[in-house]
Amino acid sequence: MNDAAMIWNLFAGVLIGLAYLSAFAFVAGLTLRLFLYFKTPVPLKIVQTPGPKNAPGVLARMAGDALIFPNLFQADKALWLGAWLFHACLLLIFVRHSRYFLYPVPELVIDWQAISIYAGFLFPIPALYLLWRRMASARVLFVSGLPDFGVLILLTAIAATGMLVNYYARAYLVDVKAFILGLLTLTPVAPPQHPVFIAHFILVCLLLIYFPFSKLLHAGGIFFSPTRNQIDNVLYPRYVNPWNEEVRIDQNR
Amino acid sequence: MTKIANFPPATLEWKKTNRGLHIPVPEMDEHASAPLTCYPCKAKDMQAIALPTARVPQWETRAVEKLQELLHKYRGLQVYLDICAQCGACADKCQFYLGTGDPNNMPVARANLLRKVYRYYFKRMERFAGAEAEPFNEEVLREWYTYFYQCSECRRCSVFCPYGIDTAEITMAAREIMAAIGVATKYVTEVVAKVYERGNNLGIPGPAWIDNCQFLEEELKAETGKDIRMPVDEVGADVLLVMPSADNFANTDTMMAYGKLFYALGVSWTTSTYANEGGNFGLFLNYQNMKKVNRRILDAARELKVKRVIWGECGHAWRAAIYTNTLNGPMDFLDPPHPVHICQFTADLIQRGAFKIDKTANDDVLVTYHDPCNVARAGSLLEEPRAMIRATCNKFVEMPANTIREKTFCCGAGGGLLTDELMPIRMAGGKPRAEACRATGATYLATPCAICKAQLPEVMKHWNVGVKVGGVHDLLSKAMIL
Ligand code: SF4
Ligand code: SF4
Repeated sequence: MNDAAMIWNLFAGVLIGLAYLSAFAFVAGLTLRLFLYFKTPVPLKIVQTPGPKNAPGVLARMAGDALIFPNLFQADKALWLGAWLFHACLLLIFVRHSRYFLYPVPELVIDWQAISIYAGFLFPIPALYLLWRRMASARVLFVSGLPDFGVLILLTAIAATGMLVNYYARAYLVDVKAFILGLLTLTPVAPPQHPVFIAHFILVCLLLIYFPFSKLLHAGGIFFSPTRNQIDNVLYPRYVNPWNEEVRIDQNR
Repeated sequence: MTKIANFPPATLEWKKTNRGLHIPVPEMDEHASAPLTCYPCKAKDMQAIALPTARVPQWETRAVEKLQELLHKYRGLQVYLDICAQCGACADKCQFYLGTGDPNNMPVARANLLRKVYRYYFKRMERFAGAEAEPFNEEVLREWYTYFYQCSECRRCSVFCPYGIDTAEITMAAREIMAAIGVATKYVTEVVAKVYERGNNLGIPGPAWIDNCQFLEEELKAETGKDIRMPVDEVGADVLLVMPSADNFANTDTMMAYGKLFYALGVSWTTSTYANEGGNFGLFLNYQNMKKVNRRILDAARELKVKRVIWGECGHAWRAAIYTNTLNGPMDFLDPPHPVHICQFTADLIQRGAFKIDKTANDDVLVTYHDPCNVARAGSLLEEPRAMIRATCNKFVEMPANTIREKTFCCGAGGGLLTDELMPIRMAGGKPRAEACRATGATYLATPCAICKAQLPEVMKHWNVGVKVGGVHDLLSKAMIL
């Protein structure tokens, strides 16, 4: 074995390690966080009025929040369009990627193939708009911190390297699939030897690690937002706060 | 008149378009409202409401412990602190930002004042990634004390947030943390202490309350020629009415309207000198005091053996009332449904034809309606007051659609801000409401909230809007044929 091959093997090992680490951080971090939300009590029923009066209504409200962002639409039309395109592209790109880790590839993914590819082209536009908006609006700039820019840049970089893989590393796609399936089946094989793919992969790993510790938690957290996921029936039936009894008050008479 | 030195809105143009009110957003003016803070609490009031009478030792650590406790108790707080995308959609939705231009009055920036402390102690990874994080210290405490008392906890921002993030709940948490280390405002603590001492926010003693009621009986006799009663502490009455104490004292037209209403129905009712206040300033301070103030109402109801409790025309009274069942329930010793707001009660009776009404009695005014943030957005009463106005007035006009119902602007003095030292903030925060009202040309602004009734006349005068402010029941009172 020559030096180059040894270094490559070492690197492949590190990359595989990183893949498992990031998958673990993502799954464990997200699960723990969402479980924390789940088990934290909601002492008072505070619902955004006018709210749904029954469970199907709540489901519709939550589905609406996740899919079409109605509150944002009321707040700011341009931002709504930008944010919606941004998330729609992400969703399509994600669906498209499932063909790398699902076998056999589901019908749906194949059907969406054509649109999904455009999503990749389109994605930089809303992403750059959001980035531009963060800097162009004094108010948004005021509340923006480093990670707010960082995440946008990271996602844009992932998308850009992804598109490059599509063009310059197409021939390696069989290897890509083998690599990913290897990881999933816990029988890892060496990654495809293409720098653009490797860059793409590392960036995704970083995103996964950062995800559960960041504002990206809104992806799961939105379903735990008490103003949006409860039935608007505070008056009846009686709503019980699990820790109400612990709060002592003297009678003061 | 109060001078508002650096606040911007005077030069900005507000106009009505067919899509609603055009709301001009001021340029950012950092620290514009930083000097405006409430007077600090007094030891005797803090003692009366079971809070530390002075800054506790090791207050920094204590505050962080309290934050941790609240994070474990309130899912909303935990989720909202985590998931805000810092998108800024809420930034121009707060009347206090629109009025002052101070960036810390943007809901997201206000919440960030707490969020940066949260990150410092509980979000190491975000800190590592370069997000703003700061330990709890004197400087941060000063920011908190300033800006969490320039928020009226009106929840307008939550309506525009893609995740429904309720900055009011973040403000409440920050105030609860400050209260725990002995930091609170004079106004709020004094009011709660008065409730424990005298039964109401204004500190009206029992005998004076009875006097006022007798006086109002005489007024009603002179006006209608009938013996309309204003009963106090009557055991066995059907209804205990808990109104804002200001109705007994300042908004007497509203109080007399209650009298006429029950007279017309032939329902026996009473007020209580133990709990002659619907308003609950505990809501603006901490859970314990909110529960305790609320508890007094149920104690009075038990003692007077009434069948129902009805809350009068008050905003935060209703916001706390809807939690009565949770805080001090079950309320099953009362007849259902409960709790009940007087607007629900009256609107229902009007619909069933319980009153003889002559709408032309209100033809001298063009009426518009201000949704108090606590009645509408926090208390879900959007239709009832409107139904009452439509049934009692011929001339009713709504304010522009983006300023009413769940999108209503706060009057500018809710959440414990109705205090003189905050006058510039109050006038600045009241500006959007004043402009929306101006756009209608109305001459009577009806609103079922005592805070709004105290604040809005000053706001309207300040911004030169010629409108009289009064209750919703006042209109019924004028139109009712006895
Ligand atoms: S709750 Fe009301 S006052 Fe407070 S930040 Fe939100 S909009 Fe402003
Ligand atoms: S609208 Fe919601 S998510 Fe956006 S900055 Fe405001 S609180 Fe945060």
